[in-house]
Amino acid sequence: MPTIKSIEDLKKLREEAQKIKEMRDQTGKTQIVVGMGTIGIAAGARETLKAILTYIEENNLPDIILRQTGNLGLSGMDPVVKVTLPNREEVTYRNVNPDMAQEIMQEHVVEGNVLNEYLLKE
Amino acid sequence: MKKYRSMVLISNGDSSQSKGSEAVIEAIHQALNKYDLASEVYVTNIPDSGSPKAQPLVIIYPEAVAYGPIHAEDVDFLVSEHLYKGRVAESLRVNDPFEIKRIAWLVQRTGTMPAENRVVLEYVGVIDPTSINDFLTHDGGQAFPIVIEMKPQEVIDIIKKSGLRGRGGAGFPVGVKWQAVRDAPGDKKYIVCNADESEPGTFKDRVILEGNPFSMIEAMLIAGYACGADEGYIYIRGEYHDALEKITNAIKAAKEFGVLGQNILKTGFSFDIHVHSGAGAYICGEETALLASIEGKRGEPRSKPPYPTTNGLWGKPTLINNVETLGNIPPIIHNGPEWFRSIGTTSSPGTKVYTILGNVNRTGLMEVPMGITLREVIGIYGKGMKGGAFKFAQTGGSSGSIIPAILQDTPMDFDSYRNVGVALGSGALLICDDSNCIVDCVRVLMKFFKVESCGKCVPCRIGTEQTLQIMTDISEGRGTMEQLEQLDLLRKGMEQLSNCGLGQTAGTPIKNMLEHFRAEVEAHIKLGVCPAGVCAMEG
Repeated sequence: MPTIKSIEDLKKLREEAQKIKEMRDQTGKTQIVVGMGTIGIAAGARETLKAILTYIEENNLPDIILRQTGNLGLSGMDPVVKVTLPNREEVTYRNVNPDMAQEIMQEHVVEGNVLNEYLLKE
Repeated sequence: MKKYRSMVLISNGDSSQSKGSEAVIEAIHQALNKYDLASEVYVTNIPDSGSPKAQPLVIIYPEAVAYGPIHAEDVDFLVSEHLYKGRVAESLRVNDPFEIKRIAWLVQRTGTMPAENRVVLEYVGVIDPTSINDFLTHDGGQAFPIVIEMKPQEVIDIIKKSGLRGRGGAGFPVGVKWQAVRDAPGDKKYIVCNADESEPGTFKDRVILEGNPFSMIEAMLIAGYACGADEGYIYIRGEYHDALEKITNAIKAAKEFGVLGQNILKTGFSFDIHVHSGAGAYICGEETALLASIEGKRGEPRSKPPYPTTNGLWGKPTLINNVETLGNIPPIIHNGPEWFRSIGTTSSPGTKVYTILGNVNRTGLMEVPMGITLREVIGIYGKGMKGGAFKFAQTGGSSGSIIPAILQDTPMDFDSYRNVGVALGSGALLICDDSNCIVDCVRVLMKFFKVESCGKCVPCRIGTEQTLQIMTDISEGRGTMEQLEQLDLLRKGMEQLSNCGLGQTAGTPIKNMLEHFRAEVEAHIKLGVCPAGVCAMEG
């Protein structure tokens, strides 16, 4: 992380970060986000995250960005996993346990089929 | 969070379903696809409301027009008239006079949307809370550069113009508080972020801190610049381990990044933030007790005035704001006060984060514009009652109010609630159905207050003990009518004579109970029965 020295630096850095983000969205990398607030962790988000990591390592999947985020604010729905395939809309899964996480990785991330029965519906 | 132009609410309870509401929902989705409106209109079900004559009932916002009864064959006309061409389909409007009376609350909702509008929570659950880069790519860090090029007084004027009111529960105008700290004499001033969220049932501050800790740092920087302070404290509840870790890491990252410390970005403005883990008592959320706790003393409140704005931390002028209040600051600076005023009601602009819990189908966190009604909250976000009818709701944790069913159509904002004698509180909404007994509920609350009273002043120490005793007597069938009078007297005594907010609000549940549920309490005393069947009546 570079240290910034003036307001101009901050503005410049933000623009650069914006560009990097846009590039990231276009370069065809899959993004997986796990909700890891207190509620998520209590519901087992760490195990889910580990299961996803294990799957990525075991199957040697390239170009996957795995991130964590805070709570979405839906108690009873955690752990929440959001999957964005390149050039596709974001898909949100609810109550993802490690087994489901494996299944999502296999079916959705690798094969490209959305698992409708696990979707978070409004 | 996606923004919608219109919102369609369809009643889909048992009674509506028997009249074909499912087919109506299906037809509405089809019609929206046909007219290519599906991305602009949000469709949701609500429980049965109004009389059966008008079911299935369809309500369309922001015009707040109620249609009913609607059948599947009416849908195409309704969608094309109202949503596509934008005019009210008069022929389908509810015309039953009795029904019109029952949905009279809709009138004051014209022009508003009960839709979720995330301002404070906008990037919570979206960004990575451990990465300052991710924060910067999501509109973060935009407000501070604007502020640093302004004069401090101009910043305060913007906050005043926005009409932002404190979200901790009391609803004090934020701009006025900032001005008071700025005008207070002294060269050393402090900013304190109150994250000691100890009201039972609230967890909004935790979610904000965990989800977007950098915005809190940005807000404190802005407050520090505007008020002339150079040091800040975040007093965070001791149980919030994850939030504590996230905010500590965020501060470390911000220091390495160069936006915290001496002479920030060569502007001549210095600011540093310390994190203080809470002392684990309910009372430490009260501002003077909180300050005492930071100073290393016992977390006991003192009498006010002098207020912390002139005589706060170590006797210096101190600004204390709630997490949610501070979370509103960067969006206001970034989007302007006029934008902020366009959300919510005139007297209470902006949004409010609520935690909804209790006997509803879906619990959780939501951020909605001020002025939404409790009926809408239960219907749209709680997805209806779990079974049983709505009896009362408790707002804002223990020291909040008990809202009876007759007040569920009151707009939820600071002034409207004050006008009907209740308080909005800090944001917890505990929804209770008719299987709950009011006496039992208040008894549990009084037990909480008895345990949490610090014991410094007599009205609170003795008052909570005595009221708990009386409530226990009533709930066990030993109550008398004289005790009920005494209860009211004790309640008034606590309210008027107590030293701090804890004692002053401890009597609120009793006040609300005697005002709205007196018959139920008297049934315990005179008839010796608990109408809800909760209390173990022995006497």
